[in-house]
Amino acid sequence: MGRTERTLIASAALVLCGCASLGAQGTDDLGVVIERATGSVQVVDQAKRASLARIEGLGDLSHAAIVYSRDARYAYVFGRDGGLSKIDIAARKTVARTVQAGNSIGGAISKDGRLVAVANYEPGGVKIFDAATLELLSEIPSTYGTAGKRAKVVGIADAPGGKFVFSLFEADEIWVADVADPRHPVVRKFGNVGREPYDALITPDGRYYIAGLFGEDGLALLDMQNLDAGPRRILEGYGRGGERLPVYKMPHLRGWAIAGDYAFLPAIGKHAVLVVNRHSWKEVAEIPVQGQPVFVMARPDGRQVWVNFAYPRNSVVQVIDVAALKLVESLEPGKTVLHMEFTARGDEVWISARDSNRVVVYDTSDFRKLAELPAQSPSGIFFTWRARRIGL
Amino acid sequence: MQAAEALLVLVAFALAAPVTAGADPGAERERELVALVRQDCGSCHGMTLKGGLGPALTPEALRDKPADSLTLTILNGRPGTAMPPWRPFVSEAEAAWIVEQLQRGLRDGAH
Ligand code: HEC
Repeated sequence: MGRTERTLIASAALVLCGCASLGAQGTDDLGVVIERATGSVQVVDQAKRASLARIEGLGDLSHAAIVYSRDARYAYVFGRDGGLSKIDIAARKTVARTVQAGNSIGGAISKDGRLVAVANYEPGGVKIFDAATLELLSEIPSTYGTAGKRAKVVGIADAPGGKFVFSLFEADEIWVADVADPRHPVVRKFGNVGREPYDALITPDGRYYIAGLFGEDGLALLDMQNLDAGPRRILEGYGRGGERLPVYKMPHLRGWAIAGDYAFLPAIGKHAVLVVNRHSWKEVAEIPVQGQPVFVMARPDGRQVWVNFAYPRNSVVQVIDVAALKLVESLEPGKTVLHMEFTARGDEVWISARDSNRVVVYDTSDFRKLAELPAQSPSGIFFTWRARRIGL
Repeated sequence: MQAAEALLVLVAFALAAPVTAGADPGAERERELVALVRQDCGSCHGMTLKGGLGPALTPEALRDKPADSLTLTILNGRPGTAMPPWRPFVSEAEAAWIVEQLQRGLRDGAH
């Protein structure tokens, strides 16, 4: 099928399906693609590999993230400008929206689906909302030190036991908020976790919270089942000896970087993916790649890890074979690849190429290109299987 | 930090002629530079330049800061912070042009 033909079909799909909402279709095969420059999102169908609708008016989505309600009907969109929007992806419309801060980075949803927490840069802190109505329930200012300054909050995740866990960039702290009473959260603070935590992930079993450090070579690890032990450093000095390269975009840790016995993590200032044993937390290998890694994501079956990169080498995606701990493939889906999302069982991967204005779908078994969907400056791609995963 | 930067400024003045103020890079390159600022500087400073991990680069935020030192920040980055050096990708004149645009308010059709 030729390119124009495909574009035509895709735009026809946009028109036809715009009104065909609320049919009998479940949402399990759906997803959302962020269009970062226009403040819009597309609702997409994974099986049809097609766009179903575009929803506009979501503010500044130049850095945006999404979490899903438990029934995967609603997507909560966290925008850069502090906007928090609740989208009904079955009805394909926005049902609630609030601008809750000046500058925000992401959020999380509680296990019971009742609370949405947003991590803010400005003013620094976390706000807790009722997931049904987006009513503000409480606020946790990220005040640290003695001068009353507020840190930028990064790496927020939901943790077992009715908690949210997050990191404070300037404060070198990790905080665990117990939100059993969401109007009165109880915060436990851990200091000296390492210099400048910039993002974090929680392992798929909810056990370990891992924060990447920008200000030093290493990561901070917190065992959520043994908070009394406090955070400890892992992979300390991984870059030692080598020259530290400039980082033109901060890596993102959230995603599935756990495969079999290993965790795969982006190095900072080094063109390498770090492989660490997830029981001993010792380094197993360092796999050289072609640029500064941004997302390092494991295919759900753990046999492959896909990596995208920071400026200026951001038009290439590389694939690591987990058994061999070696690169097996390099792909060029388009200009400026920003994100990758696997289907629930990992048979396909969707990749956004911002400056080519398209999303490309690949078969992960043979790297064949299966489809291309037009999109305006696409960035994050979020499929509804996330609704059932810890930490996403 | 501040001392180090002052030193950098001095060294740069001593070594090179003061950075030429915003010589026109040409229409095509100007478009590329604006896209670079919005998109790639934007990943830290925000696409609307109102700030992110890096501070806001709006006219209000930059008004009272000396253009030459901002130009050097772009070229050399700020060691010890997340601000990387852009010298491999932009010339001195282009960096000066970017500062001029930022201080005036970045204009483009892309928004
Ligand atoms: C990886 C993140 C990152 C990227 C990308 C980035 N910056 Fe920065 N920038 C920063 C940080 C952090 C600071 C603050 C440094 C400090 O603490 O002094 C900064 C500071 C600056 C300053 C000084 C502002 C002031 O008020 O003194 C300027 C100007 C600037 N950046 C311009 C740019 C331009 C232009 C680009 C793109 C060509 C860019 N930056 C890309 C992180 C970044």
